[in-house]
Amino acid sequence: MGTVDLDPKVPPGPLAEKWDHHRFSVKLVNPANRRRFTVIVVGSGLAGASAAATLGELGYRVELVTFHDSPRRAHSIAAQGGINAAKNYRNDGDSIQRLFYDTIKGGDYRSREANVYRLAQVSVEIIDQCVAQGVPFAREYGGLLDNRSFGGAQVSRTFYARGQTGQQLLLGAYQALARQITAGTVRLWNRTEMLDLVVHDGRAVGIIARDLVTGELRRFSGHAVVLATGGYGNVFFLSTNAKASNATAVWRAHRRGALFANPCFTQIHPTCIPASDEFQSKLTLMSESLRNDGRIWVPARIGDDRPPHEIPDDERDYFLERRYPAFGNLVPRDVASRAAKREVDAGRGVGPLRNGVYLDFSEAIARLGRSVIEERYGNLFQMYERITGEDPYTVPMRIYPAVHYTMGGLWVDYNLMSTVPGLYVLGEANFSDHGANRLGASALMQGLADGYFVLPATISDWLAPLLGEPTVPIDDPVFTATETAVSERIHRLLSVQGRRSVDHFHRELGRVLWDNCGMERSAESLDKALGEIPALREEFWADVRVLGGEEHFNQSLEKAGRVADFLEFAELLVRDARHREESCGGHFRVEYQTPDGEALRNDAEFAYVAAWEWAGEGAEPVLHREPLVFEAVQPTQRSYK
Amino acid sequence: MDLTLRVWRQAGPEVPGHFETHEMRDVSPDMSFLELFDTLNERLIAEGREPVAFDHDCREGICGSCSMMINGRPHGPERGTATCQLHLRKLPDGATITVEPWRAAGFPIIRDLVVDRSAFDRIIEAGGYITAPTGSAPDANEILIPKEVADAAMDAAACIGCGACVAACPNGAAQLFTAAKYAHLSLLPQGQPERWTRVVRMVREMERWFGSCTNHGECEAACPKEISIDFIALLNRDYVKAQLRNRALAGQRG
Repeated sequence: MGTVDLDPKVPPGPLAEKWDHHRFSVKLVNPANRRRFTVIVVGSGLAGASAAATLGELGYRVELVTFHDSPRRAHSIAAQGGINAAKNYRNDGDSIQRLFYDTIKGGDYRSREANVYRLAQVSVEIIDQCVAQGVPFAREYGGLLDNRSFGGAQVSRTFYARGQTGQQLLLGAYQALARQITAGTVRLWNRTEMLDLVVHDGRAVGIIARDLVTGELRRFSGHAVVLATGGYGNVFFLSTNAKASNATAVWRAHRRGALFANPCFTQIHPTCIPASDEFQSKLTLMSESLRNDGRIWVPARIGDDRPPHEIPDDERDYFLERRYPAFGNLVPRDVASRAAKREVDAGRGVGPLRNGVYLDFSEAIARLGRSVIEERYGNLFQMYERITGEDPYTVPMRIYPAVHYTMGGLWVDYNLMSTVPGLYVLGEANFSDHGANRLGASALMQGLADGYFVLPATISDWLAPLLGEPTVPIDDPVFTATETAVSERIHRLLSVQGRRSVDHFHRELGRVLWDNCGMERSAESLDKALGEIPALREEFWADVRVLGGEEHFNQSLEKAGRVADFLEFAELLVRDARHREESCGGHFRVEYQTPDGEALRNDAEFAYVAAWEWAGEGAEPVLHREPLVFEAVQPTQRSYK
Repeated sequence: MDLTLRVWRQAGPEVPGHFETHEMRDVSPDMSFLELFDTLNERLIAEGREPVAFDHDCREGICGSCSMMINGRPHGPERGTATCQLHLRKLPDGATITVEPWRAAGFPIIRDLVVDRSAFDRIIEAGGYITAPTGSAPDANEILIPKEVADAAMDAAACIGCGACVAACPNGAAQLFTAAKYAHLSLLPQGQPERWTRVVRMVREMERWFGSCTNHGECEAACPKEISIDFIALLNRDYVKAQLRNRALAGQRG
C-alpha cells in the first residue's frame, strides 16, 4: 500500500469557521507590493479567467496563457444547465449545510470535508458577483432571480441563463478579464499552448509554451504558476468535451512532480445523444435540467420495436421512477447512467442501434404547454433536432450516457496548491471537491469559487515571503533545459513518419478505455487495458504520421502532443481504477455491488484520496494517500430511494 | 451521398492561396459538416498530404470557433446554425460545395480556413464589460430586473463571437457583434453607470478594425444565434446621444 504523507493543510477549528480563520491567518501582500509579483495563469475557462481577472484587480501582474484564439472559447462555455448556490431564495429548506451535505453525499464520501464546506459558503457570493457583472440570469416577473432543481438535490438552488449558463458565466469572467487587460495588469497570450512546467529548486517558476501560429517556443517566468486547464475526459476520445480539451498541462506538471489524485473518478453523464456512427467525432450533452420535466423510460418488453407513441403507458418502464421513488428522474448522474446502461444491456434499448433510452416530454408539454417547455429548453431542443433530425416536441428524445467530466485531477491542499510548491491548480484540473461523483450545476460553482474567491485569498501566503525576490531569469539553465526537452519531443513526433494518423490512435485508446474502464470496471477488464495501453503507446511512437513542420500553424502536431500524453495518462487512470477495490460514485467495480446493483463502498480500506507520484518512464507510479476524515457527516450507503 | 468539395488552401498570410477540389464519395447524410472535414483530413494524411486547417472546438454551436464560408454564406445554408451543427442531410446530394475562410479585412488569414479574430477581443477590452471588482457585489436579489429586460439582455448576450456577421457584411463591418455586447450590458440596470463611455469606446475601437455599417442586414441573416439587427439601432442611437450627453448627470433617469 502506499504511504500516508500528504498534508492537506486543513485549518483547525469548527468546519463552519475554518475558512474565516484561515483567511485571517494567511500572510498578505500589501497593495503597493502586489505589482512586484508575476503570476502565470494557464487556461481561460471559468477558473482561469476568473482567477486572472481577480488577481489583476488585486494588483498582481498576470500572464494569461491560452491555446484558444480567444479566452471566450474555453469549454466552460458549453455548460448548459446552471450553477448551484445555497441562497435559499425558494424558502425550501436550503442552507450552506445542506449544499455541503448534498455535495459530500453526491460525491459518495470521497471528497475533503473542509474544501466542500468552503465551496458551499462561497457559492452564495458567486451569484452576487455574477449578477453585478451583468450575467443575465433567468428572472421571475417580479424581477427576482429564478431557480430550478437539479439531480441529487431535493431543493431548487440552481441559477440559470436559459440553456447557456456556462456561456454567460464565462462571458462575465472574460469581460472582467478584458477590463484587466485594458488596465494593463493582465497580459493575454492567445493561441499559446503550455507544453511543460519549469521547476527550479523544487519550486514552480515558469512554463514553456508554444506559439501555435508561428511555432516559436516561449519561456514564461513567474513567482507562481496556476493551472486551470480543465479535465481529461477526452482521453476516452468520444466525450462531451470540446475537441481541443486535453490533459497535457496537468500531465506535464505531474511528470515534474505534482501528484495526480483519483484519476479513475470519471463522470459518465446520463443525458447525451447516443452515438450514431463510426465517424462520430464527439458526443453532445443534453442538459441534466431536462430531467426536471422529461420522464425517462424504455419499452417494458425486450425487442418492442413499435414507435414510442404507439407503446401504451402500461407497457413502458419508467425505470428511474420505479427504482428510486423519492428522487425519481432526478437521481445523481452516476446512478442514472448505470440504470440506463442496465436497461440497454438487457436489450431494451431504443433507436436504430438500440443504444439509447427515451427522455419523454409529452406529459410536461400537456401539463405546462409547449411555450413553457420552449422557454425552458428551446435551444436544447433545437440542438437535438439539428443533430438527429428528429423533433423532440413530438418524438421522445433518445439519450445515453457519455463521458462528461473528470473528478480526478492534480492533488491540491486546502490552499489549492499542488505538491510542487508555487504550483496551484483550479477548477476541473484539480481533484478536490466532487469526490467520486459531481452533482449537476456544481462544476461552474467550483470553477468560479476557485478563481474568484479561493485562490486570490490563499496565493498571498505563498507570495508574501518571496517579496523582493526576482523571478528566475528566462535564460537560466533550467529554462534552457526544459525548452530543449520540449523541442526534442516535438522533433520526435515529427520524425516518426509512420503510416497512421493521430486520430487513429486516439480513437483506439478511447475504445480500450470505454470498453474496459468505462461505466463498469472489473479486475479482469482493467488488467486487459493495462496490457493494451502500453502496446498502443509503443505503436504510436513507431507508426504515427504527423505531417507538416514545427514552424507554422500545425494542428496535427498540436493533436499529436496531446494524444501522446493521453497515452501515458490513460495507464495511470486504469491503474488507479485497478487499485481501488470498491465501488463509489462514478467508479463502479462489478465485483463490489449491493444485492440490488448499487455501488458498494469499502470505507475501512479506501476512505482516502489516492495520489500518484510519477516515478519515471516505465516505472510503476508511487501511491500516496490522504486519509479522508469525516467529522460533520457520517458516511452511509447512499440511498435515493 | 456524394459531394464535391472546393476548399481554400493557403499556407500562410503572405502566400497566395488557391482552391483544391476533393471528391467525397459515399458519405453519410447524418455526418456533420466538420466530420466531413475530419474524413477529408484522414484521407489527406493517408495520402501524405497536409490536412486542411480549420478552427473548431465544442462542436455544439456555442464556442464560436468554427468559421467556414460555405457556398458564399457564413456557416452555410441552414438558418440559425453554426458550421459545426450543419449536417450533410441539409445539402443536396451530388452538390459542389465551395468552402472558404471568413473574408474580411478585420480577420487576417492564418492558414487555410483559419483566420485571426482577435479584433473582437479588442472591442470587448475597450469597454464591453461592467466594472464590478470581485467581492464588491451587493446581494444578487437587491438588483430587481424585470423579466422582459433580462430576456432582452439575454437575447443579445447569446452572441457567440464567431464573426459570421462580419464575414457576411459587404463592408466587413462588425456592428452586429458590437451591438450585441453593448445591448446586453446597457439594457441592464448594472450597466447604466458606464453606458455612455462604453458606447463611445466600443464604437471607436470597432472602427479601428472594421468597415462601416450601411444597413444591408446580411449580418442578421447570417448570425447562427439569430441576433436581431434592432440592437444596432440601439447602439447607433446611444452613440449619438453619448456625444451630446453631460456625463456628470448620467446617473439620473430620463
